[in-house]
Amino acid sequence: MQVHWVSFIAALAVAASPAAAKTISVAAGAPDANEKLQEALILAEPGDVVELGAGTWTLTDGLSLDVDNVTLRGAGTKDGEGTILDFSGQQGAGEGLLVTSDDVYLTNFAVLNTKGDGIKSKGADRIVYHQLRVEWTAGPKQTNGAYGIYPVESSDVLIDSVYVRGASDAGIYVGQSRNIVVRDSIAMENVAGIEIENCYDADVHDNIATKNTGGILVFDLPSLPQQGGHNVRVFDNVVSDNSTPNFAPKGNIVASVPTGTGVLVMANSRVEVFGNLLADNGTANVMIVGYRYPYEDEKYQPLPKDIAVWGNQHGNAGFAPAFPGGAEIASAMGGHIPPVLWDGAGSAIVNDEVAVLSLNLPDVGTPQSEAKPSPADLKGETSEPLAGVTLPATMEARVQ
Amino acid sequence: MKRIAAAAAAALMCASMAAALPEPAPNQAVIDGRDLPAKLSAFGIFRPGTSEPIDALLPYTLRTPLFSDYADKQRLIWVPPGEKARVAEDGHIDFPLGSMIVKNFAWPDHNGGRPVETRLLLHRASGWTALPYIWDADGKDATLALAGRRVPVSFKSPGGDAHSIRYAVPNKNQCKECHSKRGAIVPIGPKASNIDFAAALSRPEFARFFAEAPATAMPMPRWDDPATGSIAERARAYLDVNCAHCHNPEGSASNSGLFLRWSDPVGVNYGIRKRPTAAGRGSGGMEFAIRPGDPDQSFLIYRLESLEAGIAMPEVGRSTVHKEGAALLRQWIAEMPKAGH
Repeated sequence: MQVHWVSFIAALAVAASPAAAKTISVAAGAPDANEKLQEALILAEPGDVVELGAGTWTLTDGLSLDVDNVTLRGAGTKDGEGTILDFSGQQGAGEGLLVTSDDVYLTNFAVLNTKGDGIKSKGADRIVYHQLRVEWTAGPKQTNGAYGIYPVESSDVLIDSVYVRGASDAGIYVGQSRNIVVRDSIAMENVAGIEIENCYDADVHDNIATKNTGGILVFDLPSLPQQGGHNVRVFDNVVSDNSTPNFAPKGNIVASVPTGTGVLVMANSRVEVFGNLLADNGTANVMIVGYRYPYEDEKYQPLPKDIAVWGNQHGNAGFAPAFPGGAEIASAMGGHIPPVLWDGAGSAIVNDEVAVLSLNLPDVGTPQSEAKPSPADLKGETSEPLAGVTLPATMEARVQ
Repeated sequence: MKRIAAAAAAALMCASMAAALPEPAPNQAVIDGRDLPAKLSAFGIFRPGTSEPIDALLPYTLRTPLFSDYADKQRLIWVPPGEKARVAEDGHIDFPLGSMIVKNFAWPDHNGGRPVETRLLLHRASGWTALPYIWDADGKDATLALAGRRVPVSFKSPGGDAHSIRYAVPNKNQCKECHSKRGAIVPIGPKASNIDFAAALSRPEFARFFAEAPATAMPMPRWDDPATGSIAERARAYLDVNCAHCHNPEGSASNSGLFLRWSDPVGVNYGIRKRPTAAGRGSGGMEFAIRPGDPDQSFLIYRLESLEAGIAMPEVGRSTVHKEGAALLRQWIAEMPKAGH
């Protein structure tokens, strides 16, 4: 299929583009579509738009983009009318699309059934993921790729209005980055719906995380270049019915997430969980825990510190606690455990009008089998609220 | 001096003229330029109509090479007239602008041993540029494949196994995935600890290209030669060459926290009892990248022995399992003491 070089109307170009910005249109359906599309992504120049034609693209190898300030735009995310990048026959590469350049805008296409991750961006500052679908169409399977949308080691990340389903690790995973907004998105039937890991300054709001194993996770792990995760706000989300049995490959940290987890904070400091609708999560609506694995990293801080929970609406929860010993605790407490669960490590304030269960394990070295569960009152005065994340105006302008 | 003069003269002429001279040199203007020539012949690296390199380029080998589907790789260096390459303090080789590194990929029993692919690294004013060329069916020239391509290749590996693979010629971006340092392209192979000029030291080009012979206090062993190092040393050389171009703090896999350079300490960030970070199903259901004493519970081995996208490591450049390399790493892990857990 031909690559058309259409001169771009200057008035439409974003402010930062040079005058010569152009649109490169690539059509679906050709036998060499993979090569033609990859060629367009290589030959694009800063300011260009690479337009992906409507239809199903049968791709055999991963795509990659390494040119700054390029827009990759499809015709939509719906089967039958949109731009569907189908990686079912993928033979190589660790992801469907890899972005390694700055100021990239990805919008209006779907990435299906990649062998590894869906879309990964690494060291890609000011990236915008907007109106995308990343899906493993057979639903939860251990052989699905790990992450759906996967920005890492980046500053200024916007994920807006995406849909991710079936990831065997996290649907939306932001790792080792700073200044992040994840909003207005849907994550369902992943192991983790949305995961913020080893990040500084993130707002996760107005998302729906449902039918995952765990809805929204805020983690900090040892032995990584960026750690000490802090300043994360999880607010105004719907986190409900996260009931899919954990299907992550063993060994990965999310494989330890109990089925029925709503919001889970592990390690980190300054995490705020407020204004969310939390319901039908069988283990707990909110869990706050330390990192309870052996580690060899002097700089690592395994405790959750200064975690604040307030103003959330709680529906049914704690009716099927899926952590070791959970069932016994539930039966001792009349069939279910309270909707907020704290392992007793670090510090947390919970001002929601619901009961809190503490496992009373302040030392992360103490095995969970020594838990002495009891109700806990964590009400108190929270720190001055976090200011929240502001992204560069050029990024917000992309999605207006 | 005569040779230098001839090379300089040749560089000023176009490729076809240069090819007619008794001492042909590559086309310096094309190396230095901004174009991405559609045909490899534009560079004047090979005798016209063949895949035999001209004598002006200097061949080199590596003590421990990167595994590329059992390909026989022919490596050549070009340094422009009047310039010299120098070995930097940290052992990497500083090539002057206008230098070129050429790598041919061939299998002795495929297509008469003629190369399937030639990769170029050009040191241009804008930085290093990586270009993949695929040889035409008639073997007379090769054509630029910016977007990469899969090429059917059949061969027997040294152990006698027959392989029929869809060999992946990398695209320009994939070249960079491995050749990346802080986001810029750099050569990987030519470093003092690993480069071997034994076959070229006596050639006049050597003295013209290099200010001094690359020497190192810490040479890497040959991964497959027990006379050059212990199992552990050879395993670590293998990991350096096959993994550390991405697995270093400035490479494509910096976020993994797994760093496998020859100089890295063998601790948790070297994979020892390191839990998976973003491995996904690459963990194979195992807890650690390397579990001392237990290669079958070390997912580093699992990923090395897999061919499946999403599991296989390295992520690009491999469509066969390197049985012999994996065996070396298995032995290394098996011999590690289990204690200290």
